[in-house]
Amino acid sequence: MFDQKQVSVIKEAVDKHTTKIEEALVKRPERKKEFTTGSGAPVNRYYTPADVSELDYMDDLGLPGQFPFTRGVQPTMYRGQFWTMRMYAGFATAEESNKRYKFLVEQGSGGLSVAFDLPTQIGYDSDHALSEGEVGKVGVAIDSLADMEILFDGIPLDKVSTSMTINAPASVLLAMYIAVAEKQGVSSEKLRGTIQNDILKEYIARGTYIFPTEPSMRLITDIFEFCSKDVPLWNTISISGYHIREAGSTAAQEVGFTLADGIAYVEAAVKAGLNVDDFAPRLSFFFNAHNDLLEEVAKYRAARRLWARIMKERFGATSVKSMQLKFHTQTGGSTLTAQQPENNIVRVAIQTLAAVLGGTQSLHTNSKDEALALPTEDSVRVALRTQQIVAHESGVTEVVDPLAGSYYIEAKTKEIEDAAMAYIKKIDDIGGATKAIDMGYIQSEIMDASYDYQKKVEAGEIIVVGMNKYQIEEEAPKGLLRVDPSVGEMQKQKLVELRAKRDNTKVNETLMTLKKACEGTDNVMPYILEAVKAYATLGEVCGVMREVFGEYQQAVKL
Amino acid sequence: MDKMIRVLVAKPGLDGHDRGAKVIARALRDAGMEVIYTGLRQTPEQIVSAAIQEDVDCVAMSILSGAHNTLLPKVAAMLKAEGADDILVIGGGVIPQEDIPGLKEKGIKEIFTPGTPTQVTIDFIKANVSGK
Repeated sequence: MFDQKQVSVIKEAVDKHTTKIEEALVKRPERKKEFTTGSGAPVNRYYTPADVSELDYMDDLGLPGQFPFTRGVQPTMYRGQFWTMRMYAGFATAEESNKRYKFLVEQGSGGLSVAFDLPTQIGYDSDHALSEGEVGKVGVAIDSLADMEILFDGIPLDKVSTSMTINAPASVLLAMYIAVAEKQGVSSEKLRGTIQNDILKEYIARGTYIFPTEPSMRLITDIFEFCSKDVPLWNTISISGYHIREAGSTAAQEVGFTLADGIAYVEAAVKAGLNVDDFAPRLSFFFNAHNDLLEEVAKYRAARRLWARIMKERFGATSVKSMQLKFHTQTGGSTLTAQQPENNIVRVAIQTLAAVLGGTQSLHTNSKDEALALPTEDSVRVALRTQQIVAHESGVTEVVDPLAGSYYIEAKTKEIEDAAMAYIKKIDDIGGATKAIDMGYIQSEIMDASYDYQKKVEAGEIIVVGMNKYQIEEEAPKGLLRVDPSVGEMQKQKLVELRAKRDNTKVNETLMTLKKACEGTDNVMPYILEAVKAYATLGEVCGVMREVFGEYQQAVKL
Repeated sequence: MDKMIRVLVAKPGLDGHDRGAKVIARALRDAGMEVIYTGLRQTPEQIVSAAIQEDVDCVAMSILSGAHNTLLPKVAAMLKAEGADDILVIGGGVIPQEDIPGLKEKGIKEIFTPGTPTQVTIDFIKANVSGK
């Protein structure tokens, strides 16, 4: 971005300056021998135009809303409208969660984000043996369309956008959502929202897989195809780096592994005969926000630039929308401490700034008590207010991509882009993300980074305030949210009633037809829709698919 | 010569958060213990049977799903029923302080909550395994 003559003058000056500083360091050393980012990447003392001299402004940054979208996917960003403040919520029964959603909408939350309990996420009904103790704990329990009707009762589905954190059984929950909307008189073309539907990161980091990789990828491409015709406004996947980072990866690994997963989905869909520009505009991403503010901002910018180039150059996308990396952000759960939980409010505020300065499209802010339990309504309010304060009071929303042009931000953006690209190349050499996961490559890279971090924390090289420094004696926190332990029994009772009330012949018929579709090559979505409309349970639908597809076996490596 | 301590690191329940389990497994191994890691989604039955088959001195369970009050006591009770209650049973994860006394009463010897240095867990195991 600077002419070579200028750069060589600067380089010369920096060399002289460095020599001088280092002489002085003998007497007054810096705080540390090596300075690094939150992810352990080296950080220089300061940055100058010499560190970004290889960048070409129009090619590498461009203008906001223009390729390669380094500066954001829209030309006006938050001057047009703020990001969607989307709080992830759900627990206990559909009735309880429905109340929480109505509370959030009243408080100014712009979209719903549904958390499902683990049995739902793994395709088991609440009365399955493996569901014992888990029903309604980390999210809402959904066993059938009947629960889904209660969950969205009084919430007009043509007005809200709904994000559902559901992966292996995403097809089934999406079908239920479509069926509920139909009952409200809302046609599927009007539905807006997102299903996470990102199975690859489940194998890597999050763990709620059901089926082996191949049929899982087929389910995903079936959803892409079905939605491109019937649910055109729906974001069909949220390719997630969030959980990869939570599992302990670095920022560059978060970008590299997530985009490698993205490449695998695009390749699968293209292989299934879809036209890239028909489905790519509905791909969305999901990233983490950790505490190193500037590294995180650089990370989002790097991800946008890299994805735009991949879509254009590797997949020949021609629609601008296919090249835009749009993303949701969640503040980093693993950065919260159980000690002095009030401090977490500050961490979340820094992470909120990172996401906003990085140009996020939507944001969930964690609550201060989440290292202890599910958040209470009061702590959720503070978390939401944190976003509103950044939006209305901080001033950072008045100008697009305000940190652009900072020598450090631009150098870091490039560095993360290069490091992420190196991971993508390595995964390409292995044969793609699916293979790299089956081999355990991605998992062990993350595990090494996570163990390295833990050792540094324990050695005191990394300070976590309140945890390994500035500790105080604390009393056990009070007023944590408890999920009513009778939820499991309530769900079981509802299932007994459902099975007695519904037309079981019709249920069996729809399940048999679904089975045939799974064995063949038809798109399974219409068959799943028929089954859920007949009130087949989630466990029954997934049970049929388990029979045909089998189950994924995790490679356990230490 | 001291016999090597054998530990089964297990993930009961359905949650997939295995960062803690894996970090503990590596730290115990680096501390000179033999470690067997079960992987995700283990039922109490599977954990107990692995513990007995592998003849471990300690079962260390990591759980973040909120199902700890159901699943951890079940493992302790089943070990007892199998006459294997000399095996040290410990747990870790997102577990509220107020649940800990109840879990201890039911045979979980210690619960390690977020932020515990791995050395604390290592020392606890060394001090509390029964010398078989």
